[in-house]
Amino acid sequence: MSAAPPLLAVEGLTKSYGGIHAVRGVSFSLRAGEILALIGPNGAGKSTCFDMLNGQNKPDTGHVRLLGEETTGKRPRDIWRMGVGRTFQITATFATMTVRENVQVALISHGKQLFNLWGSAPNVDRGEAGRLLELVGMSGYADRPCGELAYGDLKRLELAVALANQPKLLLMDEPTAGMAPRERVELMRLTAQIAREKSIGVLFTEHDMDVVFEHADRIIVLNRGTLIAEGSPAEVRGNPQVQAIYLGEGLLYEAGHREGASI
Amino acid sequence: MAFYVVQFLTGLASAASLFLVASGLSIIFGVTRIVNFAHGAFYMIGAYIAFTLTERFSGAFGFWGGVLVAALAVALIGVLVEMVLLRRIYHAPELFQLLGTFGLTLMVEDLVVLIWGPDDLVGRRAPGFKGAVDFFGQNIPSYDLFLIALGPVVLGILWLLFQRTRWGVLVRAATQDRDMVAALGVNQKWLFTSVFAVGVFLAALGGALQIPRDAVHHAMDLRIIVEVFVVVVIGGLGSIIGAFVAAVLVSELNAFGILIFPKISIILVFLVMAVVLIVRPWGLFGKPEAPARKTPGLTVNPWRPLTSNERLAALAALVIAATLPLFAGNYALTVGSEIAIFVIFAVSLHFLMSVGGLASFGHAAYFGLGAYGVAFLAKMAGLPMIVCLLLGPLLGCMGAAVFGFFAVQLSGVYFAMLTLAFAQIVWSIAFQWVSVTGGDNGILSIWPEKWAASPSHFYWLALGVAALVTIALRIAVFSPFGYALRATRDSVLRSEAVGINAKRIQWTAFVIAGTTAGIGGALFAYLKGSVFPDNLGISLSVDALVMVLLGGVETVSGGVIGAIVYKALNIWLVSQTDLSKLVLGGFIVLIVVVFPKGIVGMLELLAQRRRKSSPPGSSLLAKPIESTE
Repeated sequence: MSAAPPLLAVEGLTKSYGGIHAVRGVSFSLRAGEILALIGPNGAGKSTCFDMLNGQNKPDTGHVRLLGEETTGKRPRDIWRMGVGRTFQITATFATMTVRENVQVALISHGKQLFNLWGSAPNVDRGEAGRLLELVGMSGYADRPCGELAYGDLKRLELAVALANQPKLLLMDEPTAGMAPRERVELMRLTAQIAREKSIGVLFTEHDMDVVFEHADRIIVLNRGTLIAEGSPAEVRGNPQVQAIYLGEGLLYEAGHREGASI
Repeated sequence: MAFYVVQFLTGLASAASLFLVASGLSIIFGVTRIVNFAHGAFYMIGAYIAFTLTERFSGAFGFWGGVLVAALAVALIGVLVEMVLLRRIYHAPELFQLLGTFGLTLMVEDLVVLIWGPDDLVGRRAPGFKGAVDFFGQNIPSYDLFLIALGPVVLGILWLLFQRTRWGVLVRAATQDRDMVAALGVNQKWLFTSVFAVGVFLAALGGALQIPRDAVHHAMDLRIIVEVFVVVVIGGLGSIIGAFVAAVLVSELNAFGILIFPKISIILVFLVMAVVLIVRPWGLFGKPEAPARKTPGLTVNPWRPLTSNERLAALAALVIAATLPLFAGNYALTVGSEIAIFVIFAVSLHFLMSVGGLASFGHAAYFGLGAYGVAFLAKMAGLPMIVCLLLGPLLGCMGAAVFGFFAVQLSGVYFAMLTLAFAQIVWSIAFQWVSVTGGDNGILSIWPEKWAASPSHFYWLALGVAALVTIALRIAVFSPFGYALRATRDSVLRSEAVGINAKRIQWTAFVIAGTTAGIGGALFAYLKGSVFPDNLGISLSVDALVMVLLGGVETVSGGVIGAIVYKALNIWLVSQTDLSKLVLGGFIVLIVVVFPKGIVGMLELLAQRRRKSSPPGSSLLAKPIESTE
């Protein structure tokens, strides 16, 4: 069992800009089907860390491996081809295309049909696109232009697009940013359900602590570029260092803590 | 050795005007985000007005005062243009801004001829700088020395203006984040107007200072604008230092290029630009732009393939078009063939522009290369017509493959500038390389063979090819490749994140569009029986843009309709008036300002409204999203 490499293994990731160490020696790993939250205050290095995982940024030193295979320094599109789906903090979709066409583009790419000039794209993987949209509860919107969608629906569409290459790992950068509270809970519940069913590993960054504590199996905490805590939601919640970062050192937190614990 | 030094100094002197114009363009772009295509036109008006003033008023005061007053007068014209035209299109997609200011350029070209006549005007020498300085036996005009000193002086003044004045601080702030500057309570309207005035002043001053060196003529606008585009691409759009360094670099390359490749000196500049683009796509002193939030188009209207009824209608239209030889005379058939050829040309650009979101301002290069391809094969190799028609477009294909590779490294206005510069380079080669292309005299007597020689047969050939090309490109739009291309247009970030190599897709689209344009050019060579450098000139590139725009950029079939309407109008117009550029330019400006959706776009909108009015209450669902305007 232990011989098999973990789904995602991050080792000693380091990145600095000029004299500023944005990320310093961060290591962690992620199992298939596990939901891992990456949290930390503003400027902790979450985004830098995230960008080094999805290929948008190259680390100075350190390694990222997916099932034992090196992804460090690869381009985003190559990392996607290795089975990593992703969603953006600010949604990125194809605004003039319909919801179904958005998913179809990802399926066309996955099926390596990108340079097919003769086929009829509206019929390519239509069934599969429909299934993915159904999975995220967007079936009713399939023919709507994407530019008309409400923000919450765009987030769900992004999830469907991210699932199109049957990923082993999902990277979600602040998946619920800009959403109404109820939509947040729904989206994360949906993500968690899909991840467990399909045994997909999920790594997400998030500012909303309710979302984090409710859905994450495990949490890692970054502060000033270093990893300061790692563990189950309960462990992280009880960690005095984390408490100090988030709330300062005082009695206020105790009240919040008891309240939270009683749920 | 002295000769090389003199050559170097001549280059430096040429750089002065180039720097003035380029820095003006850069300043305007930095704040308003508009690439002012009309900048060359302002340069030209500056030269003309300065010519008139310096002829009228004698003496040193008359000359220098005339130059300054000319620049100020043109700046005033610039203010008027900014307030009347540009304020209406600041929020339009950049393509419309480029086209609007281009329309202005066309109008100015005819106006200038109307006022000052078509002949070259040779201006006065500058008082105090009439002689030449002897340098080891070589002569350097003393006016050149004055220009060499002027460049750094203007650079210094601009530096002081931007670093030491309140206005300069505002401009620098607006260049970084104009929304934030507006939010801080700065009157953006007047900031934009004043910036535009300063930019135009610099361009006009550049033009006015040229009169002692060069004759004033009505084509100087396009020549300078292409060089300026090359300068800002190399130096980095928005950087004044970049404009200075690149202006010197380009001028020196021109000065020494003539010694190395006397016939095709422009190649050297092109090579340097290519290297810069590969190493630093945003220019030597420019900053890589953050992925700009794309202006959505005018409407968000998903495309769909034709229904079977619509297919039948299209077929019926084709059949009707095919009956033309039964009742029309030879002239009408020749016009019909020309329209069919322009349909091919327009749909090829439409594919690149509407589907790929890549507005090429030099598409005629590939049309013309196809025509030259046929000419070479038919005249030099003596191949039969059918072989020429099949192989000729390959020259367009090769041109598109080479230039397209560099062009797709950039996007938006950079892409437009670069494609324009490439087209101009191809034009210069065709014009200058007389031994191969015949230069201005072109290549003559390329006549079709017997089976296609009669006007009716040629018409059917052109119509058939146009139909095939249109159908093939439509299939491509709705193919997986077409989807991928639209995906890269909508969001490069998302396309990369789903495994799409955006640049490869766009490059492929560029080659497809170039080859298709080449097919049109090949037929055109046989229609006219000759090939000239004009077949790849800028005005032809603009024709293509207007055809697509007129039909509707955001529609699938806009190219076809636009080509038919525009070409028919154009042929009629040229037969009616000598001022076709003035009318055409005014027409472009009008489309951009009041009619931006084009013919097909308007028809679709009307159809949509009709559909919407039938089931009341559902109108919210299908409401098109208007642009920010």
